[in-house]
Amino acid sequence: MAAASFETPAFREYPSVPALKPDAMAHLQPYVANEKIQEALGLPGKLVDDWHDVAIARMGDLLGKYRGLRVFMDSCVHCGACTDKCHYFIGSADPKNMPVARQELFRSVYRRYFTLPGKLFPKLVGARDLTKDVLDEWFSYFWQCSECRRCSVFCPYGIDTAEVTMAARAVLDTVGYGQKYSNEILGKVTKIGNNLGLPGPALLDTLEGLEEDVKADTGVDVKFPLDVKGAEILLVTPSADFFAEPHIESLIGYGKVFHAAGASWTLSSHASEAGNFGLFTGDYALMKKIATRIRDAALELGVKRIIVGECGHAWRVTYSFWNTLVGLGAGGTDPYAIEFQKQLDPRYPQPMHICEYTWDLIERGVLKFDKSLNDHRTITFHDSCNVARGSRMGDRAGGQFDIPRNIIKAVANNYVDMEAGTIREKTFCCGGGGGVLTDDLLELRVKGALPRMEALKQVADSRNVNFMATICAICKAQFTKVLPYYGFKMGVVGGVHQLVSTAIRLEGQE
Amino acid sequence: MTASYLFAGVFYVATLLLVVGLAAKIAQFARTPAPLKIPTTPAPVTTGGMVFRMFREVALFESLFKSNLWIWAFGYMFHLGLALVTLRHLRYFVQPVPEILAMVQYLGIYGGLAMVAGLGGLLARRILVERIRYISTPSDYLWLVLLLGIGCSGLLMKFVAHTDIVSVKVFFQGWMRLNIQQLPGDPVLLAHLAGVAMLMILFPFSKLLHAPGVFFSPTRNQVDNPREVRHLAPWAAKMEAKN
Ligand code: HEM
Ligand code: HEM
Ligand code: SF4
Ligand code: SF4
Repeated sequence: MAAASFETPAFREYPSVPALKPDAMAHLQPYVANEKIQEALGLPGKLVDDWHDVAIARMGDLLGKYRGLRVFMDSCVHCGACTDKCHYFIGSADPKNMPVARQELFRSVYRRYFTLPGKLFPKLVGARDLTKDVLDEWFSYFWQCSECRRCSVFCPYGIDTAEVTMAARAVLDTVGYGQKYSNEILGKVTKIGNNLGLPGPALLDTLEGLEEDVKADTGVDVKFPLDVKGAEILLVTPSADFFAEPHIESLIGYGKVFHAAGASWTLSSHASEAGNFGLFTGDYALMKKIATRIRDAALELGVKRIIVGECGHAWRVTYSFWNTLVGLGAGGTDPYAIEFQKQLDPRYPQPMHICEYTWDLIERGVLKFDKSLNDHRTITFHDSCNVARGSRMGDRAGGQFDIPRNIIKAVANNYVDMEAGTIREKTFCCGGGGGVLTDDLLELRVKGALPRMEALKQVADSRNVNFMATICAICKAQFTKVLPYYGFKMGVVGGVHQLVSTAIRLEGQE
Repeated sequence: MTASYLFAGVFYVATLLLVVGLAAKIAQFARTPAPLKIPTTPAPVTTGGMVFRMFREVALFESLFKSNLWIWAFGYMFHLGLALVTLRHLRYFVQPVPEILAMVQYLGIYGGLAMVAGLGGLLARRILVERIRYISTPSDYLWLVLLLGIGCSGLLMKFVAHTDIVSVKVFFQGWMRLNIQQLPGDPVLLAHLAGVAMLMILFPFSKLLHAPGVFFSPTRNQVDNPREVRHLAPWAAKMEAKN
């Protein structure tokens, strides 16, 4: 089903709303997880025989556990305000990729089984039975949502399609209809400790190689310590930072910042992954299990601070959920949280983003830069959806927009913002988030990137922008892949700490 | 007099369904925990800020304003009109009529006109804009038709086919005290009231639940402070005990 040939959407002269092309994306589904992948997560290996009843029961369970889901199911008035806000709709014109229509795939079943009018007059209120066709449709279109929450910004009741997508995916998992890509990764991280399945010794090797490279480059002994007990700071970063381009350039940047600050820090082989795909599949227990590895590593190593690297959904889980999931934060009054929170240094926000850390050092004048080293670049910043709409940095609302930009402006001379309707809380997803960063969904990824590519094209043409910085491992991987489809070079995308790495001047550097 | 008893009965049933249905739904919303912090950020970092955000959503439809000016304009006209009309209608149910209510009576007429105009605009969009037509169910149209019916019959009474509003008041004053009086038999009035009863009965089972729903939406009513305060749902706390 995958890799069907498709056309890259053309840049639109005026970003107008496309005319509907019903079922334009109906053919697209990700690969289904096989038995081995499913069973590693304790999920049924294949579609269970009584899937209908199991699915309805799971829906009821979720409706009772998540107020958001319940309120969102009841409150939508079909006003249409969200219809033109999703990048997948803009890029594909398939009406089922309009946020409300996506929700409706689930809501129609909700109305049929959980509301009186839906039971009595299904046609009148758009209610329908849960059939195998409906289940297949869910598998198609709930894997065409990156859970980016752009729609929730614009809905008068804040209805968040991402929450509906998570619920639908949780139901699909429960009946044995999982997605290969995400569930395979969830298996790796729960077993080995990172999404790539990179074991401890391989990690040690990689880090040693990195130390040699940086030494050769700068002449300075920048260390990348692993599993150092008693270190002050534990850095948890997306595992792509350990080997993928351009991710690794940012890892080097973090290392240089820690070095310049004289910080005592370490990585952990047990918790070598900031990412948490449990968010994508809407599985609270799994999300907690993955976060628990980080709690365990922090307790084991005795660190006082926890800092997280450049990763969008990871930062949402970190900032918004870690305190809830594993007591990593402050203000806990129960024994489980208190045990952990006693160990953490109360002078700092816990957990902290690497950008918050670096910006604080810059403000205090600890770091030295030669900004001209970034002069070959004209830089713009792509706000990653999960950072923009699901988290914060610093102590003011909106710090997640200002702090990364402030860092860029402190290390480089040429900075330009993209069009206002495409940045900050209105940012467009890269097209690869939320568990769709897989080649079997390449068509979706390319089409969904259209609005961001248009905004980039505009500043590239008018302001000579040649570098788009971002703080998300998924954005980096996604753009590296899709930029060429739109006529850009892969290297246009990179990390904020990649720019920091270029400009920072270390003691004793040649 | 038969019609008077019929309408009185229907309104007792409708009121009961509205009150009990809505209370049950609100209780359900309130009882269901929100296990995770999911405010759409940037979000207020204090409770006061959150209350102000909710106020802007409810009183100004702020998010809708940012998202679609046409829907905002028609929707706002309709809801503001509805609020003014409701104020004006209070005179049938309170005795004596407080001075302030008497003073805003004339606003209710503009409200009625705005309400009907807004509803007309919303209906036109639903029919003319392809995307909105695609997501509309029959009940979406019927809601607009019902509200238009109520609004137009009301305006008709005000401007064309006058009814004896003093008798209407006597009827509802009596109705509230279980003492049924004669209701004027004008067809327009009866149509108006039948529509209103329908609205009350359907309210708790329909998308009109957006009115209580907006106050319970976690993306809007949560404070952005997950690092400072541990937020834990009862069912999630139980998972901890098992660790
Ligand atoms: C807290 C009070 C309320 C708030 C904040 C609110 C807000 C909204 C908003 C933002 C919309 C979407 C925009 C639009 O289409 O107008 C809407 C739609 C709607 N509201 Fe309300 N509303 C409230 C109370 C009510 C009440 C009491 C009624 C009924 C008598 C009502 C009936 C409707 C209807 C029928 C629609 C759909 C209009 C359409 O088909 O486009 N609302 N409301
Ligand atoms: C039991 C409740 C209600 C009663 C007894 C009632 C009765 C009336 C009467 C007697 C009039 C004519 C006023 C005049 O001639 O000056 C009227 C007008 C009107 N009604 Fe109602 N009505 C009720 C509920 C509603 C509701 C729920 C709505 C809106 C959804 C509504 C909308 C209107 C409008 C728009 C007008 C015309 C403007 C005005 O005179 O206020 N009514 N109503
Ligand atoms: S969450 Fe993002 S991807 Fe999903 S429907 Fe909303 S805008 Fe589209
Ligand atoms: S903006 Fe909100 S209420 Fe309006 S159609 Fe979309 S989800 Fe429904």
